[in-house]
Amino acid sequence: MDFDFSDVQQSLQDSVKRFCEREYPFEKRQALLRTEAGFDRAHWATFAELGWLGAGLAEEVGGFGGGPIENAIILEQLARALVVAPFLSSAVIATQAIARLALPEQRDKLLSPLLDGTSIAALAHGETAQHAFAPDLAAKATKTKAGYRLDGRKVFVLGGQAADVFLVSARDGAGESLFAVPAHTPGVERVNYHAVDGRRVSDLTLRGVEVEASALIGAGGDAADAIDYALDYGVIGLCAEAVGAMDAALWITRDYLKTRKQFGVTLNTFQALQHRMADMLVETELARSMLYRGIAALALENVLERRRGVSAAKAQIGEAGFFVGAQAVQLHGGIGVTEEYIVGHYLKRLALVRGLFGSSDQHLARFAECAAGRNEEEAAGLRDFRPAPGLRRRRTRRR
Amino acid sequence: MEFDLSEADLAFRRDKRAWIRANLPADIAERGRRGFHATRSDVEIWTRLLNAQGWAAPAWPAEYGGTAWTPLQRYLFQLELRAAGAPVQDQSAMELVGPVLYTFGSDAQKRAYLPKILNAETFWCQGFSEPNAGSDLASLRTRAVLDGDCYVVTGQKTWTSDAQRADMMFALVRTDPEARPQAGISFLLIDMQAPGVRVRPIYTIDEGRSVNEVFLDDVRVPCKNLVGEANKGWSYAKFLLTNERAMSAETAHTRADLSSLKRFAAEKLADPLFAAKVSRLEIDLMALEYAVLRVISAEAAAQDAVASVLKLRGAELRQRVAELAVEALGAAGLAVNPDPTGHDATDHPAPRPPVPAYAHGWLARAMFRRATTIYGGSNEIQRNIIAKAVLGL
Ligand SMILES: Cc1cc2nc3c(=O)[nH]c(=O)nc-3n(C[C@H](O)[C@H](O)[C@H](O)COP(=O)(O)OP(=O)(O)OC[C@H]3O[C@@H](n4cnc5c(N)ncnc54)[C@H](O)[C@@H]3O)c2cc1C
Repeated sequence: MDFDFSDVQQSLQDSVKRFCEREYPFEKRQALLRTEAGFDRAHWATFAELGWLGAGLAEEVGGFGGGPIENAIILEQLARALVVAPFLSSAVIATQAIARLALPEQRDKLLSPLLDGTSIAALAHGETAQHAFAPDLAAKATKTKAGYRLDGRKVFVLGGQAADVFLVSARDGAGESLFAVPAHTPGVERVNYHAVDGRRVSDLTLRGVEVEASALIGAGGDAADAIDYALDYGVIGLCAEAVGAMDAALWITRDYLKTRKQFGVTLNTFQALQHRMADMLVETELARSMLYRGIAALALENVLERRRGVSAAKAQIGEAGFFVGAQAVQLHGGIGVTEEYIVGHYLKRLALVRGLFGSSDQHLARFAECAAGRNEEEAAGLRDFRPAPGLRRRRTRRR
Repeated sequence: MEFDLSEADLAFRRDKRAWIRANLPADIAERGRRGFHATRSDVEIWTRLLNAQGWAAPAWPAEYGGTAWTPLQRYLFQLELRAAGAPVQDQSAMELVGPVLYTFGSDAQKRAYLPKILNAETFWCQGFSEPNAGSDLASLRTRAVLDGDCYVVTGQKTWTSDAQRADMMFALVRTDPEARPQAGISFLLIDMQAPGVRVRPIYTIDEGRSVNEVFLDDVRVPCKNLVGEANKGWSYAKFLLTNERAMSAETAHTRADLSSLKRFAAEKLADPLFAAKVSRLEIDLMALEYAVLRVISAEAAAQDAVASVLKLRGAELRQRVAELAVEALGAAGLAVNPDPTGHDATDHPAPRPPVPAYAHGWLARAMFRRATTIYGGSNEIQRNIIAKAVLGL
């Protein structure tokens, strides 16, 4: 076990930090968020140049040999600077879904425009505001002469506004299939709106959308596991964002307490506030520990064990993140609830993390379900932290 | 970063598990699983079995009889010990005074005490707290006055765990009443059989006995029992208390408790509300386990920040797991259930209730563990430490 960054990981982190300092000071961010796109495509080109868009992808599928750790490093730093870009939705979730599902001959065509930044993708899967995992899909794919016709509705498509291509899930006979649908295909209607943290999301309506047979990703009817996997990846990405936001909010609040004076003294002299800060630090450090536990779980071959570890991380970090964000606001007093001041924006990011891709309670329930019937004796302690052999090999080769 | 256990560590764990299962006497394991404080004789038998392997105090340097195991391997060993129901060894000796002795003690002290600790021949207790010196330990008043080749010690210690079974006490005493509180304290080793030492039990809300008052009336302690230099005792105590904090996450205990809870409460886990509580606890434990691993694998960034988190959260989890077990037991969890060996019971034990064997000890644990957030630096004191030392507030 080794919790320290490798040199390569350290320089990745440094490069994200440098980008954020240069391109994303808070005022500039606020101005960017007021634009319609809420995001600067030139930044995306930089991400591509710096290799971030393939940072979490194994070499076998055209990436740079990284994995969830590399994605977490990037997302944590982006969240510290409150960056709003479709990184999680395109470079993590959509990219992982394709890498997992696409047949070898489909892969390159689908992935290379994503990795070189010329195209942005978004997974369009959820269909109701309440869905968490494995919704019972109503969207359906009908075979036509030339390919497929897609009909259905998708809600809260993360990164939908910037997307050039949607990965649309639909019922296809007995199974679920995933289709790559260019955003401007006739019959795709997109309604864009803002998520709580400024991220652009979309609802999609697909009416008689005709796509070619080559739009199908994978062999057909086999997409459910890959989507599940990609969403687990996304959950851990969210957790990494939360840890970045928590850590930033914690230390900004700490600095504020040392300067703000009331009753003739700086606020940091009040023990009630010191103890609240201590609790915030406890939650932040445990969240970081849990993030690592979640990353380890992503690599597990046993699907139940993977889900169990991912849901544990989400349930824990979602709540801890909201606590830290809310207390950071509280300890600032009135300035904490203003748009012009940074700390409230961390709370918004943490609110998104808590609610997206399943609530804390839903993840708690999924954790309990996965735990039922588990061999405790075998799994107790550390036994279940072993990743699948394939992934092990890949990770060591990179070194 | 690599979150995986190496093949060598997995093999280590398998070996140790097999050895413990083969060598831990069944009756001792049975008593260990009930969760009462271990009897001296169980600790003696088990410690000697371990010592024959060279494993009695794995964390000690090899030259003093420890092992060359990595911190991760020591943690794996702990997990296996707790899972098997092995009795908790003499922690005051192994984890508190032992390291002080091999770090600051004289050669004569090392020779005299360390081998007997490893072989469970000498049992120890910790004489720090006093009636008026709890969290504010430096205000302690027990006096030690030099008289020829002896210190004459007078005062009172309290909350002294296991004093009733101890041969020796390591104590903080005031040797310079004029100096600043921290600067006038010395670290003395006191023979519990010496004239003037009197032990009185304090019964606790678990209806058990593990803590005591220790009265010291003109106890003559040879000067060779002074550890390090006179009036430097506070720095040795701080060293010791840091060790105490680091071991206090107690995740191996909580993990073992949770496993047995899930075993006996398997039916009750069908209730989604109860399952959610157990899941919540397990998730918090998973986070803490990884925090422990960050510290013991010496992640640079974790050392300051995380070490101080362990005691705080670890103590709370020990309480929560016992409370959940009591809840799961229903009425059987509310029946007073004294230690059947009598060892950990008061002098007025309640009759034994007709409850299933798996119910034994849980109520006592739930009650006694209210102390986990009080001893070893209360959770409020831990928050003070985090605020000052980590956050710089
Ligand atoms: C079961 C048990 C076993 C023990 N074993 C031993 C032993 O073997 N050897 C030994 O020497 N001692 C032992 N102790 C003593 C233990 O270390 C003390 O109880 C502890 O230091 C707290 O001191 P106190 O009980 O006097 O409480 P106090 O210090 O009086 O504290 C009372 C309350 O005030 C809070 N408080 C105190 N100061 C502050 C502050 N500055 N800021 C905020 N809150 C504060 C505390 O957190 C607590 O909630 C044991 C205690 C127990 C309960």
